[in-house]
Amino acid sequence: MRDVAVIGVGMSEFGELWKKSLRQLFVDAASAAIEDAGVEKIDSMYVGCMSGGLFVGQEHLASVLADYLGVASIPACRVESACASGGVAFRQGYIEVASGMSDVVLVGGVEKMTDVDGAQATYALATAADQEYEVYHGVTFPGLYAMVANAYMHKFGTTRKQMAHVPVKSHKHGSMNPKAQYPFEITVEGVLESTRVADPLRILDCSPITDGAAAVVICPLETAKKLSKKPLVKVAGTGHSTDTIALHDRDDLTEFAATIRAGEAAFKMAGVGPKDIDVAEVHDCFSIAEICVLEALGFAERGKGGEGAESGETALGGRIPVNTSGGLKSKGHPVGATGVAQIVEVTEQLRGESGKRQVEGAKRGLTQNMGGSGGSAVVHILEVA
Amino acid sequence: MFPSRYWREIPQRYRLEAGVCKSCGKVGFPPRTKCPKCGGTEFEGTVLPDHGVVKTFTVIHTPPSQFEDQAPYAVGIIELEGGAKITAQIVDCPLDEIKIGQKVRVEFRRIQEDGEAGVICYGYKCVPAA
Repeated sequence: MRDVAVIGVGMSEFGELWKKSLRQLFVDAASAAIEDAGVEKIDSMYVGCMSGGLFVGQEHLASVLADYLGVASIPACRVESACASGGVAFRQGYIEVASGMSDVVLVGGVEKMTDVDGAQATYALATAADQEYEVYHGVTFPGLYAMVANAYMHKFGTTRKQMAHVPVKSHKHGSMNPKAQYPFEITVEGVLESTRVADPLRILDCSPITDGAAAVVICPLETAKKLSKKPLVKVAGTGHSTDTIALHDRDDLTEFAATIRAGEAAFKMAGVGPKDIDVAEVHDCFSIAEICVLEALGFAERGKGGEGAESGETALGGRIPVNTSGGLKSKGHPVGATGVAQIVEVTEQLRGESGKRQVEGAKRGLTQNMGGSGGSAVVHILEVA
Repeated sequence: MFPSRYWREIPQRYRLEAGVCKSCGKVGFPPRTKCPKCGGTEFEGTVLPDHGVVKTFTVIHTPPSQFEDQAPYAVGIIELEGGAKITAQIVDCPLDEIKIGQKVRVEFRRIQEDGEAGVICYGYKCVPAA
C-alpha cells in the first residue's frame, strides 16, 4: 500500500440554494478542488450521495457528474451509505490510490435536499432507518436520536440543559465560517425554547436540510511532493464499520459500536491515540450524537461526553476543538457531501488555512462520519506529512 | 405501501412470529435465515411474548406524512420478556406519563391509514400494563 495525500480541496456554499442544481453544486466543488490541487487531469472519481433519486429524481450520478464535470470517459462511481456516503466515498478513493490502481482520484460528495418539501425530505432521510420495523411504526430520524438521548439521560443523569451547550458551541464556530448555512450564534435558552421535534430534541438540536457539495483530490504522497506547493496532508489512518440497521437491535442504546470499531481501526493504522489529535470533525447530526461519538472515539469518558461543550474543552482554544467548521448543525448537512466536507475542513486546518477558526499548530486531525442511527461509521485520521 | 411488500411481513406484524437460533438461542425478530449473533442457519419458530418494558421512548411532534393525523404520538423501544426488542408506538395513555421502565402489553392495532397504494396497515402497538 502506498501513502496517500490530500492535495486539493473545494466546497460549494452550504444552504438553501434554489438557483443551483445538484449537478452544478457538484461541478462547483469539484472544479475548486481540481484547481486547488493544480492537476491537469483526474484518473477516476467517487461521489458520495445518499438519495439523488428521492431528492431530485436523478440516479446514475456517475455518468451525470462525470459528463457535467467534462471528464466523461473516466471510471466513476456513486457511493451510498446514507449520511456516511461522503466518508465512505473518500475511503474508496483512498483504497484505489493506496492500492496503486489509480494515481489522481477525485472524491466528491453532494446532496440537493431543498427541491422537495419538509415531509418528503423527512421521508427520504428516514429511508436510512429500517423501513419495515422502525419507520413503519412512525419513527423519524430525529425520533431515533431522541430515543438515544432519553436512554442516555436516564442512564448517566446528563441534563437537557447540558446537551444544549453542544449546538451553542457548534454555532459559535460556524459563525466564523463564511460557507456555513447558519453562520450565527445561538444561546442555551434559545435551544431550550425552540420548536419541539421529537422529545427531548428541539429544532436547534437538529442539523438542517441543506444543499451543498464538497470535493477533494488525492494522489500518492510521493507524487504530491512533486506536484503540490501547499503543505502536504497525508491520510494516516482509515477505519470503517457497520452495525445493526435497527436501533432496537443494539445491546446498548447509548453506544455507537460502529464508531468505536472504525475509530479503533483508524487509530491503530495511524499508530496514534485520541490524545494525539489536535482537531476533530464529528457527525453531530443531533446534539446527542456528538456526545455519544466523543465517547466512542475516546475523546471523553463514558457518560461525560456532554461536559466538553459546557466547559469549553471542545471549543476553539480548548483541549480538543470539535467541529471547528460549525459541524453539521451550523455549517449544514447536505448528507452525501458531509463526510467529504469534514475532510476539507481538517485539511484546511492542517494547512493553516482556516482563518479565524484556525486551531494553532494543528498537526493531526480526525473525521468521523456516520450513517443512519449509527448503522455505518467511517473514521479518518489526517496528518501533516 | 405496495400490497406485496405489506403482505410478506404479515406473520411478524400480526402475530409476532420470530425464530430461535438452534445454535446460540438468540431470538430473531423478524425471523432470519442467518443468525446475526452466531451465523447459525437453523431456527425453531416461536411467537414473541406480549409483555415487556419501555427501554426508551420519544414523543414525535414532526411526523412523516402518513402519520400526520396521529401527531403528537409516542414511540418507544420495548424489551419483551425473553430479551427481544421491538420499536412500537405507545398508546392509550397520556404522553407525559410514559416512563422508561414502564410495563407495557403488545396489542394488535391499526398503524397507518392509506399509504402510497391506499392500503390500511395493521400491526402491533403497546399499551400500559397493570
